[in-house]
Amino acid sequence: MTRKLILSSPLLEITISRLCQELIENQIDGIETVILGLQPRGIYFAEKIAQELSKHLPTTPLIGKLDATFYRDDYRRREQLAPNSTDIPFLIENKRVILCDDVLATGRMVRSALDAMNSFGRPAKVELCVLIDRIYNRDLPIHPDYVGKSVNTMATEKVLVEWKEQGFTSDKIWLITNQ
Amino acid sequence: MLKSPHLLGIKELDEESIHLIVKTAKEFKEVLNRPIKKVPSLRDVTIANVFFENSTRTRLSFELAEKRLSADTINFSASGSSVKKGETLLDTVNNILAMKVDMIVMRHASPGAPHYLAKHIKANIINAGDGTHEHPTQALLDTFSLQEKLGDLAGKNIAIIGDILHSRVALSNIYALKKQGANVRLCGPSTLIPKHIQSLGVEVSHDVASTLKWCDAANVLRIQLERQQIKYFPSLREYALTFGINRKMLEELPKEIVLMHPGPINRGVELSSDAADSPHSIILDQVENGVAVRMAVLYLLAQRQ
Repeated sequence: MTRKLILSSPLLEITISRLCQELIENQIDGIETVILGLQPRGIYFAEKIAQELSKHLPTTPLIGKLDATFYRDDYRRREQLAPNSTDIPFLIENKRVILCDDVLATGRMVRSALDAMNSFGRPAKVELCVLIDRIYNRDLPIHPDYVGKSVNTMATEKVLVEWKEQGFTSDKIWLITNQ
Repeated sequence: MLKSPHLLGIKELDEESIHLIVKTAKEFKEVLNRPIKKVPSLRDVTIANVFFENSTRTRLSFELAEKRLSADTINFSASGSSVKKGETLLDTVNNILAMKVDMIVMRHASPGAPHYLAKHIKANIINAGDGTHEHPTQALLDTFSLQEKLGDLAGKNIAIIGDILHSRVALSNIYALKKQGANVRLCGPSTLIPKHIQSLGVEVSHDVASTLKWCDAANVLRIQLERQQIKYFPSLREYALTFGINRKMLEELPKEIVLMHPGPINRGVELSSDAADSPHSIILDQVENGVAVRMAVLYLLAQRQ
């Protein structure tokens, strides 16, 4: 097994700042933007996006956590699926929702997240923002609107994300290869 | 993941599984407060609710939990069925299973009936009450409701007051509370407390006032007149005067306690109306949590085929 560092400080901060510029660029007049981080690790990425956005906007955008475990299509087809908490302390009806996740691969998680989000209301627009896009890994026709870094990975490779909030010494994104 | 594909009783459940169920129930409670309260998890599962004994709350709660999980459900009650024509339990259930049912939720008047079924059929069995033996989902929802109020139950003093002898809720709660390290005291007339119950590690008292003073939470049980073939106490009035709880008793306590009841309440017997409706009471929270706990149990067991 080999591991290769693909993103870490200071490039990570630059990437997040660039993503936020793009998010601001695409703001819609009169429509509030809210952020939903996908459990389990997308919530840390979402927090970073919200923090960075607050530097450039008069108000910090509202941020929530969304867990899509109950909506997955592989339930009863694989071993354990323990749910995480969902916490959306605001209405998403008629708002611009930015779904944030750390890694986009098959797109199945995003599909279930869209279902989960719909049980909270009908947003005006939903956009997908991911830190790492594993292109050529998609099982579903899902495409991100904002991408931190695209990586071309094979089935034997895996992207591992380590966040400081999870107890790691620093934020690091690795590419793991199983030989 | 749960170790067994069945939920037959709390006795067979370890502490880790109790925590897993309660944690999952917490997430389902959040789901139940969304504008759309339904998740698609069990859309390929069919569940039969087989009730050989009367039930309102448990049956409605299970049925709602199943529907919230998108499962298909069928309901069976013994009255008006072929059970009356002499069909055996195993034949009845096997006939239901032949219709491609994945899980059975069963209530039966005979203790051990779900254990017997689990040995003989291929489906997940959930015990919704077997005679005077166990009622595991009630104990789990009581645990969830208690944890919401008191946090971790280790070292907490929990009293179970009333008809312990005929109560499956009492036995399941004793197992659940002891596994979580709580101190349990049973209180009731000596005729309604089983002999040798102390061997489960519980205290026994016959004085309601001192028990209420001792406890952090009191789970008050119904006098089950339908199960009492002989007279265990002189009259309901005497029972109410000796073991009944009213609001004045609760307000005179040095600290606020949590008051629970698995329902249905005999108002004016074990609980006065003003006590049942007092701010101490979490009786309706228990009912709300019941749906979330049953969703958690069904969700976790469906993974175990």
